Amino acid sequence: MVTRRNAVHSAIFLIATLLATAGIFLQLRAEFIFIVQIILYVGGIMVLFIFVIMLVNLDVALHQIKFARQKWVALIVTLALTAQIGLLFWTTGKMPGQGFPILTAAPVNRLPPNAEAVAKSLFSSYLLPFEIVSVLLLVAMIGAVVMAKKRT
Amino acid sequence: MGAEELVINMGPQHPSTHGVLRVKLKLDGERVIGSECVIGYLHRGVEKIAENRTYQQFAPYVDRMDYVAAVSNGLGYCEAIEKLLIVEAPPRARVIRTILTELQRIASHLLWLGTHALDIGALTPLFYCFREREEILKILEKYCGARLTTHAFRIGGLQYEAYDTFEKDVERFCKDFESRIVEYETLLTNNRIWIGRTKGVGVLSAEDAIAFGVTGPVLRASGVKWDIRKAMPYAAYDQYKFEIPVGTTGDTYDRYLVRMEEMRQSRLICLQAIESIPPGAIMAKVGKVLKPPPGEVYHAIEAPKGELGYYVVSDGTVQPYRVRIRPPSFINLQAFDRMVRGHLVADVVAIIGTIDIVLGEVDR
Amino acid sequence: MQAAAQATLDFLKLYWAPLLCGVVIVAVLPLIVGYIVLIERKLMADMQARLGPMRVGPHGLLQPIADAVKLLIKEDIIPDDADKLVFWLAPVFSVGAALLAIAGLAFGPAFQIAQDLDIGLLFVVGISALGIFGIVLGGWASNSHYSLMGALRSSAQLVSYETAAGMALVCGLLFAGTLNIKSIVAAQGTQGVWFGFLAPVAFFTYLVASIAETNRAPFDLPEAESELVAGYMTEFSGFRWSLYFLAEYTNMIVVASVATTLFLGGWLRPFAKVGWLNFLDYLPPLLMIGIAGYCALRMPKQPTRVQQVFMLAVAGLCLVVALVLAAPVLLPFVKPSLKEAVAPFYAGIHGGFWFIFKVSVYLYFFMWLRFTIPRYRFDQLMRLGWHFLIPLSIINVLVVGVALIVGSYFNLQGWALLLATTPAAILALVVALAILSIDQKNQVRQEGTAATDFYAG
Repeated sequence: MVTRRNAVHSAIFLIATLLATAGIFLQLRAEFIFIVQIILYVGGIMVLFIFVIMLVNLDVALHQIKFARQKWVALIVTLALTAQIGLLFWTTGKMPGQGFPILTAAPVNRLPPNAEAVAKSLFSSYLLPFEIVSVLLLVAMIGAVVMAKKRT
Repeated sequence: MGAEELVINMGPQHPSTHGVLRVKLKLDGERVIGSECVIGYLHRGVEKIAENRTYQQFAPYVDRMDYVAAVSNGLGYCEAIEKLLIVEAPPRARVIRTILTELQRIASHLLWLGTHALDIGALTPLFYCFREREEILKILEKYCGARLTTHAFRIGGLQYEAYDTFEKDVERFCKDFESRIVEYETLLTNNRIWIGRTKGVGVLSAEDAIAFGVTGPVLRASGVKWDIRKAMPYAAYDQYKFEIPVGTTGDTYDRYLVRMEEMRQSRLICLQAIESIPPGAIMAKVGKVLKPPPGEVYHAIEAPKGELGYYVVSDGTVQPYRVRIRPPSFINLQAFDRMVRGHLVADVVAIIGTIDIVLGEVDR
Repeated sequence: MQAAAQATLDFLKLYWAPLLCGVVIVAVLPLIVGYIVLIERKLMADMQARLGPMRVGPHGLLQPIADAVKLLIKEDIIPDDADKLVFWLAPVFSVGAALLAIAGLAFGPAFQIAQDLDIGLLFVVGISALGIFGIVLGGWASNSHYSLMGALRSSAQLVSYETAAGMALVCGLLFAGTLNIKSIVAAQGTQGVWFGFLAPVAFFTYLVASIAETNRAPFDLPEAESELVAGYMTEFSGFRWSLYFLAEYTNMIVVASVATTLFLGGWLRPFAKVGWLNFLDYLPPLLMIGIAGYCALRMPKQPTRVQQVFMLAVAGLCLVVALVLAAPVLLPFVKPSLKEAVAPFYAGIHGGFWFIFKVSVYLYFFMWLRFTIPRYRFDQLMRLGWHFLIPLSIINVLVVGVALIVGSYFNLQGWALLLATTPAAILALVVALAILSIDQKNQVRQEGTAATDFYAG
């Protein structure tokens, strides 16, 4: 639900959301995805977002009338979703053998070191997609440089 | 904020304008395409005050113009009035005047070096330069009682005799000073970052320099070999051997090199002078009441900042009719616009520093 | 309710050590940062032929406390049109990122908050990159055109040098083989040689890039006082400013710790595995005794009674530290049976000492550089980053990779690996310098054409 008109405030809340997502990854013991999410999404893409928001004059959008009528529909939908998820937790708690997640130390042999696992599969089974993505990134970089150069 | 024209205002209150100077910069993106200096924040009406003071009463006022190098201001004024009176200061007075003026030149250049380096980001040379300047100010204080606004000279000669250890002090300072200059040069002259910040920045060609009437180290760095101490010698300068450093391209780096070399040459002049200070009187025969015959005189000296000229018109009374001061910093500042165009905003600070202005002189 | 209480107790039992480390860090770090600032001021003064803070407390030692109190009681000024939420949040971002990065570092074999984090180094680098938001939002919230420009420039500088720093770290990781901080230091122990020797170009690149990352001179144009465009910190005063300051010095500690961990052997003693050099274990206590002796010698020369007492106190403190350092080394001689029990204490205390020593050397170099050389102009700074450091670090990764393959083919271990990596380093440097010289020729040509346009009158 969008409560903020100011674009920079929205961006900050998006950063908070992405950090929370990364936190969920961490709780699932996927450390590598946690840190990659932070480095790339928050540290890269959100920095780009914020640069753009600050360099482009967004005052015009601030003064336009937003869709105020959707507020109440959004509220009802949110409440319904919350109720459903709460019900889900409740029934899960009731099932035998499960319970509220309790933090324990990860057993040593439970999950191999994340970064190595990702790297091994990336460079052996998924080598071709990896190289294709690299070429794509290179093309994007060159395109950006070309477009940014002043016409001399 | 993109690439449109923008006018930025730089101070009167700004850490790098060396006084109350206001600079309006017209920017195209990051480059300066025009500038305007707004001065007058330190105007005190010194020239008008001169019309209501006697010649001797006005002498302390000139110290307050270029307050960094007060002794040279006094020298120019006293010699101008001596020309009006057609009186010559005795040889001993002339030699001591030369020594003090050269020491003051070194002190002025040291302050310039410290603040210029500080603007560009080198924090340490400032303190080293002020350590040496402290020694010179101690000598001045022992001589006439004041460090900054000294009123060291009188019309017709000197008031104070050189104190007992004067020659020893100056000699000790000059002997130490050579190694200190080497210290500054080690820090800056061959430093890649210093060269990168100063080479090619603020270029002033020789034709432009002459056209603007620029004098002093700025003129010499642009390649013009002109020094009033050699061209029209005054005080005791014709007795000593010294070189005039000249630059080639007229950029900030050349001005830095020229002033470093000038400090060395001043030191040589001092060493030569103290070897043979002639004995004798220190004051010529001038009366207590000075009434120069009606007439006018223009006398210029080579102040540390450039050609400092005094145009004095006397109408026969005890007060001058007009005193017009030709301040070197004021004229040099006019070339600022030519020097700063095409450079980045970060270079503006370096260029202001390299002209070596003192607002007291610019505004009077 | 019972289950929740039991769960909390279990949690505390497992994680009491990291929690304690966390509390210590958050409580003690501002004080440590304050004293690092004092050390910097004293060092600056020493290099500038003056004394530095001398008034507040003996030899100025209470100066950080005075500064902290002053900043706390200052009036909190917020610009009129500033965005209050972002104005409040910006310093928090900076400090939060810096402190969170500290959480991933290990200052000794047992002193780490985020224990057993398999991605340790990546965590530290990634989280400290979040500090950029503190700068950008700070500049934006000030509602001043110049602050925003300064903030954007500063963040552009940070982003550019992050790439070079990252590639330099990758090169070091080629030797380490893991991102886990403790394993990296252990790898330097088993291989017997610090990775800084095996990858000197990477170390040099990381050194330069970390100076730019922390906005220190000569890369401190965005926050210099004498520049035209005011920095992002201008509108922040009092406590908010002190948060930014804390963040900057904490970042310095973070990059110094990362460099120490990866390139300088972490908490290992020099030549940790070489048996006949075990006498180096006595170096820390001897050093502290030396400092104590020096303080005791200088005591009679102090002008006031307070300063004399203070010098004696410092000497006493150094002796106590020397005793603590000497105990784990000397006890096994006195009672050989204690050797097993004393080993973790030895590792912890001496490890902590060596780690702090190396971090201090790195920070000393930072400070030395700040007082000695002038500032880079912004375009020169960006040129250095993009046209020299990034190509250098990328080429370095390539050639060091090749060198490692060659090394493993010939089964070179430890110091012998230098035979393979040194030619690689020289090659990388030569190629990068060639690229830089070509670029400088291009730059001269470009600037020549640009300059003449503006002399039209």
